[in-house]
Amino acid sequence: MTLLKRIAPQLIALVALIALVSIVFPGFLSVQFIDGRLVGPVIDVVKRGAPVALLAVGMTLVIATRGIDLSVGTIMAICGAVAAAALAGGWGMAPALAAGMLTGAAAGLWNGVLVTVIGIQPFVATLILMTMGRGIAQLITEGRILTFTDPGFAWFGSGTLLGLPVPAWLWLLTGAGVALLMRRTALGLLIESIGINRRASALAGVNATVLLIAVYMASGLCAALAGIVVTADIRGADANNAGLWLELDAILAVVIGGNSLLGGRFSIIASLIGAMIIQTIDTGILLAGFPSEYNLVIKAGLVLVILVLQSPRIAAEWRLWRDSHRVDREARLEGKAR
Amino acid sequence: MTKTLMSTVAALAISATAAMAEGETVGFAQIGSESGWRAAETTLTRQQAEDRGYQLQFSDAQQKQENQIAAIRSFVAQGVDAILLAPVVATGWDSVLEEAKEAEIPVVLLDRQVDSSDDLYLTAVGSNLVHEGEVAGQWLAETVGDKECRIVELQGTTGSSPAIDRKTGFENAIKGHDNLEIVRSQTGDFTRAQGKEVMESFLQAENGGKDICALYAHNDDMAVGAIQAIKEAGLKPGTDILVVSIDAVPDLFQAMAAGEANATVELTPNMAGPAFDALEAYWKDGTMPEKFIQTESKLYTQSDDPQGEYDRRKDLGY
Repeated sequence: MTLLKRIAPQLIALVALIALVSIVFPGFLSVQFIDGRLVGPVIDVVKRGAPVALLAVGMTLVIATRGIDLSVGTIMAICGAVAAAALAGGWGMAPALAAGMLTGAAAGLWNGVLVTVIGIQPFVATLILMTMGRGIAQLITEGRILTFTDPGFAWFGSGTLLGLPVPAWLWLLTGAGVALLMRRTALGLLIESIGINRRASALAGVNATVLLIAVYMASGLCAALAGIVVTADIRGADANNAGLWLELDAILAVVIGGNSLLGGRFSIIASLIGAMIIQTIDTGILLAGFPSEYNLVIKAGLVLVILVLQSPRIAAEWRLWRDSHRVDREARLEGKAR
Repeated sequence: MTKTLMSTVAALAISATAAMAEGETVGFAQIGSESGWRAAETTLTRQQAEDRGYQLQFSDAQQKQENQIAAIRSFVAQGVDAILLAPVVATGWDSVLEEAKEAEIPVVLLDRQVDSSDDLYLTAVGSNLVHEGEVAGQWLAETVGDKECRIVELQGTTGSSPAIDRKTGFENAIKGHDNLEIVRSQTGDFTRAQGKEVMESFLQAENGGKDICALYAHNDDMAVGAIQAIKEAGLKPGTDILVVSIDAVPDLFQAMAAGEANATVELTPNMAGPAFDALEAYWKDGTMPEKFIQTESKLYTQSDDPQGEYDRRKDLGY
């Protein structure tokens, strides 16, 4: 019940958005079952939203510690390039996946060490990898789009499992797994305590250094998974474009999810709904058939409306307005009764 | 003393190379290697120079104008016989081009233009983006004939000149064919991933793709992404939906060989060939070429040996 109350604003925004998109594209909610898989715009949303949703899981944790991870888009490109290079080198699927995930963990470790051991601010520490990493990815792919044909690996981007696209399963399972891990153990609480006051938490016996490094590594792993999804999707590693600017969408998803950039309490489920809100906007714009010059303006406008409606000040005003009306009405009713 | 000696030797060396029929030295100020096409242009320029027996001085500016200007100055100081320049931006070239002109070294612009006065360079070699779109549109109009055809278009990056010009050219070509209609047009940002995502939404919006007769993509990468989307929707690209795009990169020839793409218009990376032809005529008797040499926008279809074209291109560095 508390969970439902927490995610109510995001759910309402998502439902309202779906209603809006359904007006401009009436078939938005129609889903068909063709050749053993579900087909429809909504299915496209949960599939296409996978990279941002995966990034949002890791980003929520990082932001809960009062940090930020700007490098996730770049980590996607590096991990995709490593996996594609491994496939091109004839390593086979499982080693390629492992290489990609390990690269993500290593990138997260790098960020975590910069933030905790060296003490660089998270914004700057992750900015280093964000700007430098795309060069690393380009070195791996030699500036080309590195293509592969391995059908097993491609399954992670365009395969189907029990009717749903595999990328959708990946973010659903990752999100559920991490959310359970955070809430069924004390981990979530410890992360929140670091975000609220790292020094006090450390004095209280929380091993903040190890936990922070682990959080950045989790973010790196989520980014690696997202990188594998986009690489598998187009059957090629595009070092220039894979994950480009997706770190911003991931941060936006976390913010739409009602999580504070100042750290502390967080909700992974709310961030995931935030990611779906962003993807619904993107897919809705494509389906609506507006000229492409309007894409970004429409997206910005809708995000603005959602964030304004969620802002605490507007909520307080609304409550005040509602209460004053209630008082008025009760007064009137009382007047009638007399 | 040593200085005078050195400069004498250098002067002798320069006059010696100039005297030799095929020993010209050409400086090439390349932008960098930001795309596969650019890498192929570099490879082909090196090949062309080698075939003609030129000495090619190559400079990679890594996307920075100041590096290109420094490279041109060093070419002028070396006294090369000609300079090829692929300008990274359009403005700010006046003074360095004047230095080359004073040293009587002809400059040929490759692939992109500059805003300087046109007497500062010998000629410019490049493609006509509008024409590329026209070639693609004409192919589709001829192929479809009188049938009704609903076309979806994947545009390049919104506002970029290739996106604007290739769209204009295609629209020019299908004007007057009332059976051809662009029903959906969206940007795919010139990337495979976006091409695929946008094509998926086109397929959703157009009755699962059954109402789409042809796809026109502003570059091959978006077409390659879209082909995957069409396949995953259970349709046959190349048959159920005709695919025409621009650039002629190796991966699209592979798709054509598999029957999944129908046509592509080449943006040739061999800008150096026409440039060297113009330079040779100029060196021989001072013939001034036209100020703009338009490269051919050649159309390739499935009947043009796509597998062979793929094999020829795959090692060019695309």
